[in-house]
Amino acid sequence: MAAQRAGKTNNEADQPSSPVLRFGPDKPLKLDAGTLLSPFQIAYQTYGTLNDARSNAILVCHALTGDQHVANTNPVTGKPGWWEVLIGPGKIIDTNRFFIICSNVIGGCLGSTGPASTNPATGKPYGLDLPVITIRDMVRAQQMLIDHFGIEKLFCVLGGSMGGMQVLEWASSYPERVFAALPIATGARHSSQNIAFHEVGRQAVMADPEWHGGKYFDYGKRPEKGLAVARMAAHITYLSEAALHRKFGRNLQDREALTFGFDADFQIESYLRHQGMTFVDRFDANSYLYMTRSMDYFDIAADHGGRLADAFAGTKTRFCLVSFTSDWLFPTEESRSIVHALNAAGASVSFVEIETDRGHDAFLLDEPELFAAINGFIGSAARARGLSA
Amino acid sequence: MSVNGSQRVDLEVVANLIPPQSRVLDVGSGDGSLLELLQDTKQVDGRGLELSQRGVNECVARGLSVIQGDADKDLEFYPDKGFDFVVLSQTLQATRNPKLVLDELLRIGNRAIVSFPNFGHWRVRLSLFVKGRMPVTKDLPYSWYDTPNIHFCTIRDFVNLCEELGATVEKATALDANGQRIGLSMPWWFWNFFGQQAVFLLKR
Repeated sequence: MAAQRAGKTNNEADQPSSPVLRFGPDKPLKLDAGTLLSPFQIAYQTYGTLNDARSNAILVCHALTGDQHVANTNPVTGKPGWWEVLIGPGKIIDTNRFFIICSNVIGGCLGSTGPASTNPATGKPYGLDLPVITIRDMVRAQQMLIDHFGIEKLFCVLGGSMGGMQVLEWASSYPERVFAALPIATGARHSSQNIAFHEVGRQAVMADPEWHGGKYFDYGKRPEKGLAVARMAAHITYLSEAALHRKFGRNLQDREALTFGFDADFQIESYLRHQGMTFVDRFDANSYLYMTRSMDYFDIAADHGGRLADAFAGTKTRFCLVSFTSDWLFPTEESRSIVHALNAAGASVSFVEIETDRGHDAFLLDEPELFAAINGFIGSAARARGLSA
Repeated sequence: MSVNGSQRVDLEVVANLIPPQSRVLDVGSGDGSLLELLQDTKQVDGRGLELSQRGVNECVARGLSVIQGDADKDLEFYPDKGFDFVVLSQTLQATRNPKLVLDELLRIGNRAIVSFPNFGHWRVRLSLFVKGRMPVTKDLPYSWYDTPNIHFCTIRDFVNLCEELGATVEKATALDANGQRIGLSMPWWFWNFFGQQAVFLLKR
């Protein structure tokens, strides 16, 4: 079963069930690592219709293990799109009104060029031969996709977590192409603690003997155990102590008493094991290394002489930042420091902190206050942009 | 953050001081009433700073550009003269350091507009004089131990503070208990006695 799904994931890497934009040798992707990626491809999904003025486009940026299937059934998991609670006909981000674009990031494993894609030079997956990808590289590629659609200025760019980093990068690198920016549960740099958690995850993958120095495909294997442990550790950081206690407490899993062994006695153990196991069915281990690395390298202020405000100097973009009280991966202070920088740059900025015990993952959930904030912000930005209701 | 139980009679007085299309920062923007009024009637480019999360969320849901923050701590992050007007409406008396806050308002805005309840109003004086109790009125409904209003001042006190900070009073209005303006020709002592609220337009 796992092997079958593995095959499917690999197919998604080269021949995804999404439209694909291919860039030949004439259009290489310039990478921060100092090399060119060519040829390369971007897999994407769109929803709704681009208006004649091409002014109603919204770019959605996905998080670490997300993908382009933001508002349609995921072809790998069969589950609803990861932000279908927010995006769709008649929803807060109304596909009857806006043209939504969501692309798989470079370095991902669902159709945009990444370590699981076939390296044309060898006929085998890139593996670790792919240069390290940065958030800025991802955004540079997205910009080429936006050019393809003939969109000069995006009405809005939004995303949470790693998606939020891309939003900030867009607003900083291409301010004239972003009318409104909505970074959620994110930061202008990855903190030491966050890098630490990512390193644990990467070491778990690399410690799995089936990883084979990143060349597991040569052996017809996958480092499933290592990747599952990485996911388990990361998953804890997406929740909060309060939410874990509320959901699982010290409840036992399908048993009346402790077994005095190392089986999953507790519900939380069983839950995490399940999270790890289902994750390896849909995600490439090397891609996980690249994705986590891109976040670790992210530091917008460092790219601007250490002053975050300089990253947004003179910006005309309207910003709305959102954080969650129980998010300890990207705590409110991270958003607040961006807000202070935007204030110093004289930018138009709103900032909402939402009270919830659901932790970092709250941005993916049905949070009425989040939706009210997004609705208010998008609505007023649309009026300012002259988009009819 | 605005801490006054009364209908906000000062809002219109404040709004009348602001020309169309100005850049305005409303410090203590509450539920966004003033910003919305200014946006609808004056087409201002308005921003807000509000302490209560509930107020901020309401404002953003109404499409206003508001951030959560504290007038005592967060004004330092705004650039010099970044706004035409900075408004502090019914909030000064609730700040920890009113002098510093006022100084910041004058730095950030070309002009500052400050409105506050006058602690020199005759009802307040009467309560202290006759009852010997801290005043609890319709407009100042808190008891001394739970009031967020920790730095009350009278109109005279405020004028003194402005002088100390080198601010020029360009306009001043006092409103009586019914929200009616007190005649301009009246002397300061009269305003200080009968003015329930005061609105000042300042420049430095």
